[in-house]
Amino acid sequence: MVMLEVKDLAVNYGVINAVKGVSFNIHEGEIVSLIGANGAGKTTILKTISGLLKPVAGAITYEGNEIQKQKAPKIVAAGISQVPEGRHIFPGMSVRENLQMGAFLQNNRSEIESSFETVYSRFPVLKERINQDAATLSGGEQQMLAMGRALMSKPKLLLLDEPSMGLAPIFINEIFDIVKTIKEQGTTVLLIEQNAKKALSIADRGYVLASGQVKMTGTGQELLANKDVQKAYLGG
Amino acid sequence: MTTVFQQLINGLSLGSIYALLALGYTMVYGIIKLINFAHGDIYMLGAFWGYYTINFWHFNFIFALLSAMVVCAAAGVVIEYFAYRPLRHAPRITALITAIGVSYFLENGMSYLYGADTRNFPQVIKQVNYDLWGVRVSNIQILILVTACLLMVLLQLIIKKTKMGRAMRAVSVDPDAAELVGININRTISFTFALGSSMAGAAGVLIGLYYNSIDPLMGMTPGIKAFVAAVVGGIGSVPGASLGGFLIGLLETAVQSLGFSAYKDAAVYLVLIIILLVLPAGIFGKNVKEKV
Ligand SMILES: Nc1ncnc2c1ncn2[C@@H]1O[C@H](COP(=O)(O)OP(=O)(O)O)[C@@H](O)[C@H]1O
Ligand SMILES: [Mg+2]
Repeated sequence: MVMLEVKDLAVNYGVINAVKGVSFNIHEGEIVSLIGANGAGKTTILKTISGLLKPVAGAITYEGNEIQKQKAPKIVAAGISQVPEGRHIFPGMSVRENLQMGAFLQNNRSEIESSFETVYSRFPVLKERINQDAATLSGGEQQMLAMGRALMSKPKLLLLDEPSMGLAPIFINEIFDIVKTIKEQGTTVLLIEQNAKKALSIADRGYVLASGQVKMTGTGQELLANKDVQKAYLGG
Repeated sequence: MTTVFQQLINGLSLGSIYALLALGYTMVYGIIKLINFAHGDIYMLGAFWGYYTINFWHFNFIFALLSAMVVCAAAGVVIEYFAYRPLRHAPRITALITAIGVSYFLENGMSYLYGADTRNFPQVIKQVNYDLWGVRVSNIQILILVTACLLMVLLQLIIKKTKMGRAMRAVSVDPDAAELVGININRTISFTFALGSSMAGAAGVLIGLYYNSIDPLMGMTPGIKAFVAAVVGGIGSVPGASLGGFLIGLLETAVQSLGFSAYKDAAVYLVLIIILLVLPAGIFGKNVKEKV
């Protein structure tokens, strides 16, 4: 079943056309990866799905409803949660408070508590640092916190923007393992990465993006095996 | 020694009023990076509301105070909605100039509607002076200090412990991330204006009681001093604003008691200049990089 359908999406920043008619879709239960060089328009697409940016043309349909005109809080409430590029945790708040913010729209206390337990079991390191100021965490821990925060809203679709950016290799492997587990436990994932090799190896399907347009699509394995993709994004 | 204690008491009661006012500056700056120059005029509105309700509706002190807080909260929300919200994405200087405009509008609007003359604030509570080992303390001073401290504790609890308080903190550090967890930015900003303005309204009623006189321009100087207090404490920092308010109040009474009454305002600005030179981020300010 198609969960999210993006059709002919165009997004501008003033006079800059950052996204020029992009179409793709995500089926329930999949990991779909968008890969592409810096500046290809990946983050812009994600922000538009989340409602932070408004498209100039095109439609985004989620579970049968057009959402491109809705504001961010409505979209979170509908079950789409984004982990932004650069993590954007709340400095000055403790790890626990950061996670609590993720459940901002949840009102049922016992459900929030169970979300905490789920997140702590997935990211034990966060549990050890409950009362620590989030700004003092390492990059990898901050990434886990940002992911934990997004999961606190119990999303059906998780949007990840370059979760491995700037992390040590050991953390990178851990993050990709976690993404796989998140999918196995029933959350659909849209994964944006510059680390195309890793992303495609865990993705069901992928789309290659360049200068605001989709250049190629296929299963993760097909794209990994493709000569052009190898040359452009996988270091030969 | 008794004069020192006497000035300490006087300084603390005056300072607690500056502190209440400074909180509004700091919270609004924290969330939308605007120095709300009309904030002192909200305090004036609070004082006038107290004046009218006590005189004509025979409100008691508590009622006058609480209703002034509600009315000023509403005024703050309305001002934000009509004057600042349309400029949310405009350059900062535009909003700043608008704030000055709103300030003039309130001052001159009140003068036009109700006259510019100074009025005697009704003595809703009869002043009683106590002599404590030679230090003269009035019941009004105690009332001001206690009320202000209670309000500050309440505000701190709202910011630290409630959902809206967490939303305020989240929006002030990272509006995009706040939206992504489902926070309604506009509602949070309205809430911030309501909170800050209610504190100013309370300060207005308290200053009426303390100085006994009010007029439409009464918000100008205390407004600027409270702004200085917020900068001294570290603009954006709530405990900083409280501390800054008390410091400015103490400084002012100290300068006065040393016989330099004429220079008490100058002393406040001198402190501002020194603080900006030595501690540009204020006492509790974090030296965070400006976002581009
Ligand atoms: N806030 C902005 N203002 C103007 N141009 C922007 C802004 N953000 C991104 N862009 C431009 O839009 C294009 C796509 O950017 P982005 O979506 O961030 O790409 P990616 O995430 O793939 O690196 C780039 O050319 C970038 O320079
Ligand atoms: Mg990006």
